[in-house]
Amino acid sequence: MRRSILLFPAILAVAGLVLAGCGAPAPKVIKIATQSPLSGGMSAVGTDIKNGAQLAIEQLSGPLTKLGYKVELAPFDDQGNPDTGVANAKSIVADPAVLAVVGHYNSGVQIPSSEEYHSANLVNISPANTNPKVTERGYEEVNRICGRDDVQGAVGAQFAASKGLKSAYVLHDKTAYGQGIAEYFKRQAEQLGIKVLGFEGTEEKANFDSILSPILSAKPEVIYFGGMFDQAAVLYKQARQKGYLGMYLSDDGFDASDAAKIGGDSLLQGAGTYFSTVSGPASVYPGTAKFVADFKAKFGSEPQPFAAQAFDCAAIALKAIETAAVAAKKLPARADVTKAVRALKDFPGITGPVNFNNKGDLVKAKYFIIQVSSGDPAQWSANKIDQTLEIAPPQ
Amino acid sequence: MKPTLRERLGVLLAFCNKGRNPYWLTGGLIILGFVLVYLSPRSIPAFLLFVGGSSLAYFLEMKKPARLAFAVLVAIVLVPILGARNIFYLEVIFQIAVFSALALGLNIVVGFSGLLNFGYMAFYAVGAYLWGFFGSQQPFLLHEIPGTAPPGTPFFLAPDWFYLFIFLGIIVAAIVGLILGLPVLRVRGDYLAVITLAFGEIVRQLLNNLDKPLNLTNGPQGISPIQKPTLTPEVVAFFNQIFEPLVGRPVTANQFYNILFYLIAVAVVIFVIIITFRLDDSRIGRAWTAIREDELAASAMGIPANKLKLGAFAVGASFAGAMGVLFAASRTFISPESFTFLASVNVLTMVILGGIGSIPGVIVGAVVVTILNLQVLQSISLWLAQLRQSDAFIPIINFHWKDLSNQLDPSKYQRLVFGIILVLMMIYRPAGILPAGRRQRELEHVDSVIDDEVDSSIAPGAASSSGAVSKGKEDDHV
Amino acid sequence: MRKILASEALREILLPLGRMALFVVGAGALFSAIMFALAFLAQGSGADKLLLETHKMGILEYTLGQLPQVLIDGMTLGFVYAAIALGYTMVYGVLEFINFAHSEIFAIGAFVGVEFLIFMDRLGVLAAAGPLGSYMYLVLALAVAMIASGSVAVLMERTAYRPLRNSPRLVPLISAIGVSFALQDVIRMVESLTTGQFYRVIPTFGNFDERVALFSIPTGGAPIAVNIQVKSIVVIVAAVLMLVALNYIVNATKIGKAIRSVAQDRTTAALMGIGVNGIISFTFLIGGALGGAAGVLYALKFTRIDPFVGFMPGMKAFTAAVLGGIGNLTGALLGGICLGMLESFAGAYLGTFTMGRFGSEYKDIFAFLILIIVIIFKPSGLLGEQVSQKA
Repeated sequence: MRRSILLFPAILAVAGLVLAGCGAPAPKVIKIATQSPLSGGMSAVGTDIKNGAQLAIEQLSGPLTKLGYKVELAPFDDQGNPDTGVANAKSIVADPAVLAVVGHYNSGVQIPSSEEYHSANLVNISPANTNPKVTERGYEEVNRICGRDDVQGAVGAQFAASKGLKSAYVLHDKTAYGQGIAEYFKRQAEQLGIKVLGFEGTEEKANFDSILSPILSAKPEVIYFGGMFDQAAVLYKQARQKGYLGMYLSDDGFDASDAAKIGGDSLLQGAGTYFSTVSGPASVYPGTAKFVADFKAKFGSEPQPFAAQAFDCAAIALKAIETAAVAAKKLPARADVTKAVRALKDFPGITGPVNFNNKGDLVKAKYFIIQVSSGDPAQWSANKIDQTLEIAPPQ
Repeated sequence: MKPTLRERLGVLLAFCNKGRNPYWLTGGLIILGFVLVYLSPRSIPAFLLFVGGSSLAYFLEMKKPARLAFAVLVAIVLVPILGARNIFYLEVIFQIAVFSALALGLNIVVGFSGLLNFGYMAFYAVGAYLWGFFGSQQPFLLHEIPGTAPPGTPFFLAPDWFYLFIFLGIIVAAIVGLILGLPVLRVRGDYLAVITLAFGEIVRQLLNNLDKPLNLTNGPQGISPIQKPTLTPEVVAFFNQIFEPLVGRPVTANQFYNILFYLIAVAVVIFVIIITFRLDDSRIGRAWTAIREDELAASAMGIPANKLKLGAFAVGASFAGAMGVLFAASRTFISPESFTFLASVNVLTMVILGGIGSIPGVIVGAVVVTILNLQVLQSISLWLAQLRQSDAFIPIINFHWKDLSNQLDPSKYQRLVFGIILVLMMIYRPAGILPAGRRQRELEHVDSVIDDEVDSSIAPGAASSSGAVSKGKEDDHV
Repeated sequence: MRKILASEALREILLPLGRMALFVVGAGALFSAIMFALAFLAQGSGADKLLLETHKMGILEYTLGQLPQVLIDGMTLGFVYAAIALGYTMVYGVLEFINFAHSEIFAIGAFVGVEFLIFMDRLGVLAAAGPLGSYMYLVLALAVAMIASGSVAVLMERTAYRPLRNSPRLVPLISAIGVSFALQDVIRMVESLTTGQFYRVIPTFGNFDERVALFSIPTGGAPIAVNIQVKSIVVIVAAVLMLVALNYIVNATKIGKAIRSVAQDRTTAALMGIGVNGIISFTFLIGGALGGAAGVLYALKFTRIDPFVGFMPGMKAFTAAVLGGIGNLTGALLGGICLGMLESFAGAYLGTFTMGRFGSEYKDIFAFLILIIVIIFKPSGLLGEQVSQKA
């Protein structure tokens, strides 16, 4: 008897029942989708990208509610995997209620997924994709409010040169993000006469012993790390414990109070720790402090890097939808929202004023070099700005 | 005695298979599902009904031409129409097709010849990077910073080389399969599993590291853009001419690419299925089974075990190679992140869930896992997210959905779900949802014996575990 | 049948200590010799010239200067690997089955230990503890982690492996992978439900971060200081103690004899009146406890842990177990030390010797290549004649 075959329809039936709840959307619902890795090793940052956007929708959808729309968040898990990302993108595109996408975390997922947004005229505002290729394709739908690897790496190198440093050792985390920044740091540093003593990538998260030996013997004046704080801070701490006293320099992936939790006072010893970032500290953007407080109150933990950017992305999307809705006097079309995003002038984001150029990059991104001034995570927002640079992206 | 559930289901099945009933049922469900999906393109129950109805064409007893007719109708006509209306379904079915081919390839290695392979994604990566390298600007960027290209860099090959590269992917992956297969000659069982795992990890890390000294793979930056085969406007216009009334709107070239890749994937899968069936029924297939059951005995019977094991690796790898080329072209972007151990285990889950060694089983496994992963888990999460943003609450315990922790989204726990599936399947049904035919025959034989003496509620577990990847020597069909 | 005498017991303690010393010295000497040979051959090459330019010393001098630190790092890492590898090897010895989920047992140990320390830190007692107190808390954390990991391992065996004991070999292996994946997410769920984040950082306490200066090497450039961190010493001492204790249990106690007999022939052991199920559970308990302790040591040494932390060390430890001869306790030790050294050497010298063309990112590839080569050419491992009769 083929009893086995009945199992499959049974599974389908159960699945169908489970899903019966999610039918067609009610009218006048506007959805903003997020795509970020909610599962797996990158989910710490990915979840906070979603949470940042969620916070923005909860706090800022008032004007649209007044216009008679209900704004909802549709969080998708791209698993950091292009297959899933593209499938989600198609699912998002197929839902007419979705008028904007906030995401992704991995450029490797954003690039193939945004092909779908592009063909559906759906606007995508990215909080974290710093790969130059993201906007170099010139899609009208693709925007980002983070910096570009090629700029941020160069900013770091300029800073190092301005401090009179002569030698650097460059490390990265072997992700598209970290490696991209590190490559540009290296190139710019060499042009500015800084000797790059070594250039290495590592997927290692905890054990940096074998990587540190050659670094310590090379005695660079600065160790540059392209990547996220959870690796960089561990590396920095271990290097200090091994007696390294030079400067640490990293990128905006380092901008998280947990960096201080991991690194502690070792970040202050020697020549100190600096990082470049596009999102300014609370002293410059008062919105940031409120955001951090609200975020902690709602989600119970400090926001990870890019959570504030995700908040801004959602805020921009809401503003653009509102503009388009007012102009159209009805539920706006996706193409209208796409145009409205580019048309925004000096949008007051918590990470700085937002103006997009014709590629979707920020017209002039402000880059801050921030010095870590306390080993106490609670004092993270009190970090000092060492330099402020305004740089336009390459055209 | 009261009829048990199984007996009732048996009666139902008998009814379904009576006279012309299979044709009416299948056709009816397909049409019903199609109409429902057509009217409500985003309803998942409707989609599942459509998929379920289509699968009846396989499960119910009907004449071969009728089966084929249903299959052609669904694959060539209905799915593209639905896909043009909601490209998400096309993507789901495209991925089902891709993963079916992968699972079928892995099935040859794991199911037919009993060699566990945890590095299967490496072959997929070989195919993907083959076209990724030659089908992009990469050959001109060997000395550039990874991820950058000077403006105006030409593409290395014309886009239509893609079709040739599907076949090249088969060959190259097969060669890599042979190389990996060499350890097979000396190692068995769990050691082989670990070797393949290490191999898969080595390939991934090489792809990740080979951006210096010569920038072959762009490292973690991944290769993009990768070319798609050309699509002439005439083809799109032709499609629109026929299907526009059904789809309801003209299809753009970009959307048509989805249909094109879907059709190519279906073609490859059909090719793969035919080859797998032919192999299963051939001397080679029987020899693989013999090796799986007892290698020593097989060798003693004059079966060249080493050659055949290498062959299994090569054939299995070649399917993945072809799909890799297709993957690279359809995504226009590849990076090492896609070829992790998790991805390999994913494919293995499909094979095990569906039924090791069973061709329809493996396809069912691919369908279930893909739908679970892309649709079911995600939808539950989205549904929870909606609930969380509403004022709804569970009445009796007065639990507000708003308070539900974000950490409890099912889509975050893909690994947990698949892990539990693997364990439960191994304990309760190691032969899978649809056990392989040869094993099923063994099972039925065992069933009838056991049913007489043991309470039937125990029988399924007992029966299926005895029929699992069995080391037993019931060499009935070999 | 021999009785266990006091002198015998002493022998079982001293012998493994001697072996360990021998392995460390032997492996260190071997790798150093190979490195020197390479450095000698590389004199005058591009790498040599580059070093003269950047470090103001030749490649031979550079190799020598790096050596002590590399050896110390390699040794520390090697003992961590060895402690994890013992878990694989014990289970394999008894059941002939690769407990793939051992890497998650390791992660659970790390999390439980670190959570315990975090809790103590929050109570404020950790900061207040004196030097002796901090060691006491570390020992407590180790104990808690060992209990937790051991129990999870036993539970895992009962639920996911025992029902499959008489199945073909691949079935429990697949089940183990399932358990491994499920546990990763369970850890993640538990950890992120409480704080929203799923990684943890071990609190700073005691004098573990301090360095003990050993000596310094005068070179052409600045002298190279060689030092060892207190926590590296702690890791090594703890690992050595555990290894000796395990060796003693297996080789000099009654239950150890039972374990060995079950490993040799389960059916016969059962006929001799040994409770096979109990012994197998006990094996998982010990293996799990060791894995859990290794997790805490790992967290102490490398500070940050996440639910996926077990995968790579687990793979490496498994490689170590295979390298030494799986099923063989001494072999796991040797394998661990060799692998730790290899990784340390590859990481430290590869970049310099190839002038940055290949860097330390290839160290994992080296480990996996070793695994493949050993399995193909000497599947019984360096010391594994015991298994080969059975496989």
